[in-house]
Amino acid sequence: MFDQYHDAPLPALPGVGYKPQHYADIIKDPDPVGWLEIHAENYMGDGGRPIAQLRHLAERFPISVHGVGLSIGSEGDLDPDHLSRLKHLVDWLNPASFSEHLAWSTHDSHFLNDLLPLPYTEATLAKVASHISQVQDTLGRQMLLENPSSYLAFAESTYSEPDFLREIVKRTGCGLLLDVNNVFVSATNLKTSPQAYIDAFPVDAVGEIHLGGHDEDEDETGAPLLIDSHGKAVVDPVWALLDYTLVRTGPKPLLIEWDNDVPEWGMLADEATRAARALSGIPA
Amino acid sequence: MNVSQEAFRAGILDPDRPAPTGLCNPDGAQATKRFDVYRNNVAVSLSDALEAAFPVIRKLVGDQFFRAMAGVYLRKHPPKSPLMMFYGEAMPQFLRRFAPAQSLPYLPDIAKLELAMRRAYHAADAQTLDPQVLGALAPDALLASRLKLAPAAQVLKSEFPIHAIYLANTAPDAPKPVMQPECVLITRAGFDPQIHLIDAAAAKCVDALIDGSPLADTLADETLDLGATLALLLGQSAVIDIY
Repeated sequence: MFDQYHDAPLPALPGVGYKPQHYADIIKDPDPVGWLEIHAENYMGDGGRPIAQLRHLAERFPISVHGVGLSIGSEGDLDPDHLSRLKHLVDWLNPASFSEHLAWSTHDSHFLNDLLPLPYTEATLAKVASHISQVQDTLGRQMLLENPSSYLAFAESTYSEPDFLREIVKRTGCGLLLDVNNVFVSATNLKTSPQAYIDAFPVDAVGEIHLGGHDEDEDETGAPLLIDSHGKAVVDPVWALLDYTLVRTGPKPLLIEWDNDVPEWGMLADEATRAARALSGIPA
Repeated sequence: MNVSQEAFRAGILDPDRPAPTGLCNPDGAQATKRFDVYRNNVAVSLSDALEAAFPVIRKLVGDQFFRAMAGVYLRKHPPKSPLMMFYGEAMPQFLRRFAPAQSLPYLPDIAKLELAMRRAYHAADAQTLDPQVLGALAPDALLASRLKLAPAAQVLKSEFPIHAIYLANTAPDAPKPVMQPECVLITRAGFDPQIHLIDAAAAKCVDALIDGSPLADTLADETLDLGATLALLLGQSAVIDIY
C-alpha cells in the first residue's frame, strides 16, 4: 500500500540501539553493527549535540527511528503536536525505517512513559488500525508495529495477539517488528508456547526483529514473572527462539536493545557478533 | 469486564487503589502483582527522568530524599508530553510548596537553573554574528540597533547564590557559597551550556536585549558596564544578529 520511499531499507544485519556514550567507539569501528536505532523522542529537541550527532551518524549508517511515545493504542485521538514533531524528524532524517509499539502511554493528556497494554477486541482493533493509517498517511511511508511484552491478560480480549496483528496488517498495510524477547517474556508470563506464537505470527509482514535482555521475578503465586527491562545480555533460551524464528522469517534486520545499565561498547558489539552468526544460519 | 484506560491510569498513579477488575493472571485470577509491574515501571522511569534532569538538586538533598520527593512529584505532575528531556517543568513551583524542602529555600531557583541549562542544551543551533560587524558600526548606529541573541541564551536572577551553589555541586574545588543574591547568564557556544556570574545591571541589560530593546535603552542604568556585557555575549557566541 505504501512504497518504502527512503533510499534503502534496513539491511539484514545486526543493529544496536544508539547510546551517546558509544559515539566515539561507533565512529572508530562499528563492526559488526550495520545500522543504528534511535528513539524518536530523544531527537525532538531543536538542536545541540543530540541532533548534530544524529546528522553525523546518518551520513554513515542506515537509521531506524523507533517511537516510544506516540501511544498508538490510545482510546482517544493521537496527539497532533507529537505526530507533527515526528513528521518533522522523519522528513529531515529520511530514516530507513520507522516503527512504534502496539501499546498506549498517553491518556487524557498524561504521558506515563511506559508501554501499557490493551485488550484485543473489535473495538481496539478498529482504533489501532485507524491510528496506524493516520500515522502512515502523515509520514507518507509504511511503519512497522511491534508486539509488546505482556505481564497480564485482559478478560475481555477476543483475539490472540498474532491474529490481532495479522488483521491490523491486512487493514493498514503496515509491517511488523517482531520482538523475540517480548514473545519469550509474554509466553512465559501468560503460560503459553513461544514457538506456537511464532508459528501463528504473520511472518510475511516482518520487517525487523528485536532482541533484548529481561529480568526474572515471580508473581504472588510463585509463577515466573519476566520483566522486559533491556538491562542485560540476551539469555540463551531467547537466542534459541531467535534461531527458531529465523527459520521462518529468513534473515532480517536484527536489533540488540540495551537501554538500562548500558555496557561498554565491546560487550554490545559481542552481542551483535552473536546476532550476525544467527543471521548467517549458525545456531546462536 | 472492560478495563478503561482511565481506570488503568488511575490505578498506576495511585498505589493504594486495587488493580482494575478484568486484568488477569494466566489462571484467570485477578491480577495484583502483575499490575504492580506497570506501576513500578512508570514510577521508576519518571523518577529516573527527574534524576537526570536535576543532578544538582539531587546532590543537595541526597538520594533518599530525592527519590521520595520524586515519588510525590510524579504523581502530582505526571508528564504532559512524551518529550522526557523536558520533564520536570513544574519542579520550581513544586519545591516552593513542598513542606520537607522548606529548610533549603534556594532549591526552587536551583531547579529553575537546571531547567534552563537543559533548555540551552537542546536549543536550536544558530549562526554567530561576526563581532567585526559590531565593531564596524559608528557609535550612534550601534546604540540605535537591537541585538538578536542565540536561542540558548537565558538570564536568571535570584535572591540566593545560585551560581556559587551550582558550581560547588558540579566543579571540583569550587569555593563555599556565600549567602547573597546572584544573577547568571547561560550561553552555549558549542554543545555544552556554560553558566556565567553577572551583576544585576548586566542581567537587566541582557533581559532587555532579549526583549528587543535597542542598546541605547540599556544605558539609563549607570551601574551597567555595557562594554563588558557585550564582550561576554560576543565571546560566548551568544549574539546572532543585529538589526
